[in-house]
Amino acid sequence: MKFWISAALALGLVAVLAAMVQNEYYFFAGYVILMYVVLATAWNILGGYAGYVNFGTPAFFGLGAYTAVVVFKSTGAPLIVQILLAALMSGMLGFIAGLFTLRLRGIFFAIATIALVVIMETLFVNWRYVGGATGLQLLRPAPMPPFESYNKMLFVVMALLAVVAVAIARWVQDNWIGRGLRALRDSEEAAESSGVPTLRLKVFACAVSGALMGAAGAPMPMYLSFIEPASTFNLNYAIGALASPMIGGMSHYIGPVIGAIILATVQQVVTVTISSEMNVLVVGVLLVVFVVAAPEGIIGLFRRLRDWKKA
Amino acid sequence: MIFSFDLLLEAVLFGVLLGCFYAAVSMGLSVSFGLLDVPHVAHPALMVLASYCTFLLNRMGLDPIVAGVLLMPPFFLLGMAVYRFYYETFEKRGAETGVRGIAFFFGVALIIEVGLILGFGVDQRLVEAAYIGQSMPVGEMRIPYRMLVAFGLAVLLMVALTLYLSRTFTGRAIKAVAQDEPALRLMGADPVRIKQWAFGIATAAAALAGAMLIIVGPVEPSLDRVYIGRTFSVVVLAGLGSMTGTVAAGLVLGISESIVLMHFGASWAPAVAFGLLLLVLAVRPQGLFGR
Repeated sequence: MKFWISAALALGLVAVLAAMVQNEYYFFAGYVILMYVVLATAWNILGGYAGYVNFGTPAFFGLGAYTAVVVFKSTGAPLIVQILLAALMSGMLGFIAGLFTLRLRGIFFAIATIALVVIMETLFVNWRYVGGATGLQLLRPAPMPPFESYNKMLFVVMALLAVVAVAIARWVQDNWIGRGLRALRDSEEAAESSGVPTLRLKVFACAVSGALMGAAGAPMPMYLSFIEPASTFNLNYAIGALASPMIGGMSHYIGPVIGAIILATVQQVVTVTISSEMNVLVVGVLLVVFVVAAPEGIIGLFRRLRDWKKA
Repeated sequence: MIFSFDLLLEAVLFGVLLGCFYAAVSMGLSVSFGLLDVPHVAHPALMVLASYCTFLLNRMGLDPIVAGVLLMPPFFLLGMAVYRFYYETFEKRGAETGVRGIAFFFGVALIIEVGLILGFGVDQRLVEAAYIGQSMPVGEMRIPYRMLVAFGLAVLLMVALTLYLSRTFTGRAIKAVAQDEPALRLMGADPVRIKQWAFGIATAAAALAGAMLIIVGPVEPSLDRVYIGRTFSVVVLAGLGSMTGTVAAGLVLGISESIVLMHFGASWAPAVAFGLLLLVLAVRPQGLFGR
């Protein structure tokens, strides 16, 4: 109940902001921050609960974006349909890729997911209908009635997606699926022999995680009014999606949210004030520092502080 | 598409040269990941770093090969330091190193890449030497000398590493630590010190590989992303830690990449390494020469 109240409050805040703030830039930046909340939350379902490092975020994200473009170009369907179909396609990719690669452990799975990114990118580079390597310009339709600008609409849509993603992550974490995933993270053999259907759970987690990443990618072509394979399948999305849970903490659904908000905000500030190279450097340094010095992330730091106060 | 025997022959010949080069750049990873089980995603980034050091030394008038050899001792020390750090922070803590170890090396690769962008910009860099830009006619074809130089270096590096690992005392100790660490401990040897030494050698090999990389073609900071795929697919295809296998796997990758390049065009080539990798992982995860 507490969760739904805070989710409603967050959405209310978003709505008030959308109504009050006039400067378009804030929505432009806010969209990216919320997008990373979705990506990090999605990543954590497989990476945090089950312990499988997925570098393939750009593959799912990009497939979602391109699905939206194909749907838009062929039928002109509205954004909501694009997002749903994108989630469906990326979820299917997660299901199929998971079925083949989730028998692999550790680094082998991680490398296989990088392979997935390069293969997807190569496919879309060679597909003329969506513009090939040079990309495709897209004309934004008029925004839906209550919104006066398209950026505001995308911002609110992404906020809704973020709430849906966190709700799904919470649901997975709190029921038997999450318990099974955590069990197989600690010891796959022990989990399997106590009757946990490990492969089925991993494939499920991979499909759900992929679907959410696809949904996060779907509005991207409209956000940029442009799509092009090299930036759509950029490994930087993988880095953001992986670094946020590491920084926030992987054991709880709120960890990736905290991590993504901090990381993406710092990135936006650094990009504007210093340079876009510097923002990638910040991610790298933060990632290494947290992995080395605070393995449980910010959540872990808070827990330690609480225990220390009690003692 | 018209099938032509000459074109195929040229593709295979070029593929052999390219394949030996791929095998050589994967040698270091074959030790650090193949033998020591360290998820060293930053290996290609270290290689690109060495390429840029070669570029700097070359501007001071040194031949790139000499530069590569000179870079080996400092990279050896760097590698030992990296392993020590990795051991103290991850391996020693035991459980749950997997996810964080991979993320750690990923972060290191990112820092190197952006550091290079900040220092040198995103432009492509290349080195100058007498043998770069010239080519040798062989029948109808022309083989660039730079490929031959890289080929020669690659063969030397492979022979040296293979002999080192099979003939010398330390080399055998490295193989032993990969096979059975507790047994080595019982024999009174310190596995951590041997692994540290081996990681140093792997990184020194990466330094020479970096010199070869910039001899073969222009280098840019983000080049490591492509080579993550190539090197890991060679090492996995080889069967972890097999040096003979690394050569064979390099040749397989080089020849298939060059055939795809000539028959389907450059836009399909990047997927070859990864397609091959996925195929191997699905069909024969222990690789060609699996232990």
